[in-house]
Amino acid sequence: MEEAFLFVVLTLNATVRVATPLILCAMAGLFSERSGIIDISLEGKMLGAAFIAASVAAVTGSPWLALAAGILAAVCLALLHGFACITHHGNQVVSGVAINILMSGLTVVLGIAWFHRGGQTPSLESSERFMPISLPLSEFLADVPILGTLYGRLISGHNLLVYVAFLAVPLAWWVLFRTRFGLRLRAVGENPKAVDTAGISVAWLRYRAVLICGLLTGIAGTYLSIANNAAFVRDMTAGQGYIALAALIFGKWRPWTAFGACLLFGLLNAVAIRLQGVPIPGIGEVPVVFIQALPYVLTVVLLAGFIGKAVAPKAIGEPYVKES
Amino acid sequence: MSAPPVELPPWIDIGLIPVINICLALLVSGLIILAIGENPVEAMAIMIRGALGYGEGIGYTLYYTTNFIFTGLAVAIAFHAGLFNIGGEGQAYIGGLGVGLAMLAFDSYLPFVLLLPLGILAGAAFGAAWAAVPAWLQAYRGSHVVITTIMFNFIAAAVMVYLMVNVLIKPGQMSPESREFADAGQLPFMHEILAGIGITVTPTPLNLSIVWALICCVGVWAYIWRTRWGYELRAVGHNESAAVYAGARPRHIVIAAMCISGALAGFVGFNEIMGVHHRLLLNFTAGYGFTGIAVSLMGRNHPVGVVLASLLFGVLYQGGAELAFEVPTITRELVVTIQGLVILFSGALAYMSTPWVTRAYRALLGWRAAATAAGEA
Amino acid sequence: MATRSDGDDAVVTPEGATPPAAIDLRGINKTFGTVRANNDVAMTVRAGSIHGIVGENGAGKSTLMSILYGFYSADSGVIRVAGKPVDIRSPNDAIAAGIGMVHQHFMLVDNFTVLENVMMGAESGPLLRESIQKARGALLNLASEYGLHVDPEAVVGDLPVGSLQRVEILKALYRDARILILDEPTGVLTPQEAVQLFRILSALKERGVTVILITHKLGEVMAITDSVSVMRRGQMVAERVTAETSPEELAELMVGRKLKAGVSRQAQSVGKPALKVEGLSLRDRYGVARIDDIGFELCAGEILGIAGVSGNGQSELLEVLSGITPISAGRIHVEGRDITVAKPALPDEMRGLRLAHVPEDRQRRGMVTDFTARESSILGYQRDPAYNGRLFMDYDAIDTHCHDLMERFDVRPPLPGIVSAKLSGGNQQKLILAREIDRDPKVLLVGQPTRGVDIGAIEFIHQQLADLRDRGCAILLVSVELDEILALSDRILVMFEGRIVGEVPIEEADRSLLGLMMTNTHQGAAAADLEPLP
Repeated sequence: MEEAFLFVVLTLNATVRVATPLILCAMAGLFSERSGIIDISLEGKMLGAAFIAASVAAVTGSPWLALAAGILAAVCLALLHGFACITHHGNQVVSGVAINILMSGLTVVLGIAWFHRGGQTPSLESSERFMPISLPLSEFLADVPILGTLYGRLISGHNLLVYVAFLAVPLAWWVLFRTRFGLRLRAVGENPKAVDTAGISVAWLRYRAVLICGLLTGIAGTYLSIANNAAFVRDMTAGQGYIALAALIFGKWRPWTAFGACLLFGLLNAVAIRLQGVPIPGIGEVPVVFIQALPYVLTVVLLAGFIGKAVAPKAIGEPYVKES
Repeated sequence: MSAPPVELPPWIDIGLIPVINICLALLVSGLIILAIGENPVEAMAIMIRGALGYGEGIGYTLYYTTNFIFTGLAVAIAFHAGLFNIGGEGQAYIGGLGVGLAMLAFDSYLPFVLLLPLGILAGAAFGAAWAAVPAWLQAYRGSHVVITTIMFNFIAAAVMVYLMVNVLIKPGQMSPESREFADAGQLPFMHEILAGIGITVTPTPLNLSIVWALICCVGVWAYIWRTRWGYELRAVGHNESAAVYAGARPRHIVIAAMCISGALAGFVGFNEIMGVHHRLLLNFTAGYGFTGIAVSLMGRNHPVGVVLASLLFGVLYQGGAELAFEVPTITRELVVTIQGLVILFSGALAYMSTPWVTRAYRALLGWRAAATAAGEA
Repeated sequence: MATRSDGDDAVVTPEGATPPAAIDLRGINKTFGTVRANNDVAMTVRAGSIHGIVGENGAGKSTLMSILYGFYSADSGVIRVAGKPVDIRSPNDAIAAGIGMVHQHFMLVDNFTVLENVMMGAESGPLLRESIQKARGALLNLASEYGLHVDPEAVVGDLPVGSLQRVEILKALYRDARILILDEPTGVLTPQEAVQLFRILSALKERGVTVILITHKLGEVMAITDSVSVMRRGQMVAERVTAETSPEELAELMVGRKLKAGVSRQAQSVGKPALKVEGLSLRDRYGVARIDDIGFELCAGEILGIAGVSGNGQSELLEVLSGITPISAGRIHVEGRDITVAKPALPDEMRGLRLAHVPEDRQRRGMVTDFTARESSILGYQRDPAYNGRLFMDYDAIDTHCHDLMERFDVRPPLPGIVSAKLSGGNQQKLILAREIDRDPKVLLVGQPTRGVDIGAIEFIHQQLADLRDRGCAILLVSVELDEILALSDRILVMFEGRIVGEVPIEEADRSLLGLMMTNTHQGAAAADLEPLP
């Protein structure tokens, strides 16, 4: 019984770790897409941020500087995307794909040039990373049955960025639905002309949305390379940016449902990894490759299942051009 | 801004602005090369020499061009239907699987004359099948084709690893490759064909499939602009409501367009498996699918542009390989970076330079008018 | 030919006081590309009056008002509000100057509530809570003062069109607008709802709000305005006091010549039923009946007009009859043959049955604007053997066809190679009409044939339809312009909420009767006593 409970807790723990970058990217995409800008480049921003963060951490030894640098990198890419889509009315999907491909190449080019390790950054010491934090009282509660394990193994013991990710969800909800900025942002994704006629700059609103997107993906990338791991490895995002986007779509562009989709994803992934090497009655051992492919198959299933076309923000993907 | 805008003549719109976009992409690439401590001008010289300076280089360049024509056409035809097919990588992979399976099954029974069309059909069918599922999901479920095709790229990689390692591997061998095809199941190399008529060139992977690539160009052009199916496809791409009004069935067209697109990408497998390696193996797609996106955008989704852009990227790839050989700090990823920049400048920022070009053109017209007036005075 | 009235900053009122004009425009110029949308325009609007601006499509009235509202900057000219020159570069400046605008196409966010729509852009602070309270209070006041009743918590997407307009007016008043511009406000209203609107405008006028009304409906201008400006081809050609002019004079000024009396028709005997519809129903995906158990007959050689406020099922009716949308229930008979048996008929099948369709929305449905004119001239007929070999299309045949259409229907410029987007609205419409009429159909379905088309083309199109009818075609005409329905139809059906609520032969039809039918109140309630719509 104890073992089973521990198994569940550890699986949930793994869920949290897997879901964190997805949650951050989903919230990032939420702001961008709610303002009407499709963002396929969550992947590229996250990758770029991961690389810069790991590089800065290796060079300066400070995870905080690394976090700042990672965010800065993602914000720059976000501005590039914004520049192409908002100012130049470019095709938003093409711009996103361009950034992704650019980053997958550039991170390795710079990585090899700077560190000569075939694209990897140097391994980081604990002091250079975001390490798990023990929340207060965890030792005190350690002996309490059930609650102690839950608190100690599931709620406490994550690194700072995990907590940031989980806080990002209610914060995103509050900004979108309880502030003036959020009202206007949601309006601009539905009917930018209405916002323009009210005397508000459509472009500036969208730029701000895109900047927030950069901020959040920067945190996600930093998490990947210096919190969840100890170095940057080429293509380490492995499609998670797209998966986050799918979670956002599945969650109908709302913060809490997207959050739920990310958790669902993390859970299914964690369970699958636990099943690696474990024979399933009737099927035998599942080949590792299939476990690895599972997240992608899952994404397709998610996208196929429940989507109503009409749910996306009405003006999404359409560049706003003042008629003349 | 009260000066009347000038209508840019076609030669600027189709010729000059794309060239400007490429130059911008190359300029930024040059800056990146500088940033990593190398000399961009020297790098460019090495690349051009490596790609065009000698027979072997040209052969390799054209071999890469073949693949890019296929994936470029694939992206182009999907674009005309309003779809962004990012799954060229996976479709090429599975297309190659199809070619390989056909050869492994029939190469001891059928002559080359029959295996050639069989290879083409198999590549097309398997590539189309891999595109069909995302296509169906887009048409009937509204699932964004960009995300599903990218997912299918990952899934294709997993499937191929599984198949090669566990099923198709030649017995008694370590590396995950199948056995070699019989002679009948191999496309002749160009150097073999040329030797047959008395011309000696250094052996390169360039093979007969380049002829098929050019045939596909003509075929795609004719289909899109000269047939009623192409008419309906373009209608769906521009304005689905009007296409419905016109009696077209958008869902059918979306699936058809994606399947043709997948088939074209599958022909990369025709080149690689039947033309170059003569066996099934892993990772033969090597990024060709993504390059197809850059090629199509650069070539403005038109077969002629695709051929020209494919040549340019062929030069980039072969030149890049040469560069990576000669300069230790530069690897293949530099070409990927350049690709990303090309997609950025030719796709998303395609008309960024238009205001300056217009101003320059207007100035040129003004100068010419003044000169004529002065001449008449 | 009228001349422009002299501009004076002051207008003498009967009491002898001289308040400055609410709006005074001098020397406004605006050029887009090679088009001079506004050419040295001057206009004066007296404070507290209702002023109309009339002109054809493309005359420049919308551009002028867009400049006043800050969407565009004039190339040159001076704008004075209440006597003081103002620099208006954005809607913000206009709002600050007390100008509000109600656009032709509503600027509302469908999934926001009325309250959120009114607030958006005029919030009281970074957090919404304050703004919500203030807005709610203000809305209640405005409602009682001007009779603009709307439920603040209602979701805008669910509201009927008349309420949407009220929300737009509330938005402007919430921002303390003293000058209200309305752009074609009655396009989507029934005659009775228009009367309601005019009452509101009068109430505004009484409280000193200045109203500027852009419209092409001369009847309205005569009914409600105090003064009117006429624009033609970018120039202000006349200013009149409404009481001293007439619709005929205004129409002449708008067009620059005398207008034809109307469509010439031959006396016609009606033939056999070409199209018959029974029990036709269409449910949308929410289960709401957009078409509710409709039945009628359309005979050869007649024009059957379908009148109704837009949104009552007429658009759906056209889409169902042309095969674009499958029906939920009922039967459609074409020339006696039931075509709804096995599966719903699709557009190409309907065309095969000699049914042609000129869609309501020409840019969205009627043509692919990126196609060349020659490609647009065969849209819907691209599989016709006349234009196709076994594999390839026969562009010579298509070219000849397009040329022929352009000549016969006066499409300018007559260049088959021109990109369709470059044709003006009127010419696009003529090309579409040419394409459909040229097939010599047995039945022609036509929706809003003259929307956004200038008067010369309107006359031409109307005559073409009348001639087609005279040749024995059965025409189903859907239009929200009552004048058009009355001018062309032999028989009129009125639709309301998806049902046919009235049938009137042309001899007995007039605007007020039709207007009553359009709101389904012709059994009893007098027009003047209608309650304001919720």
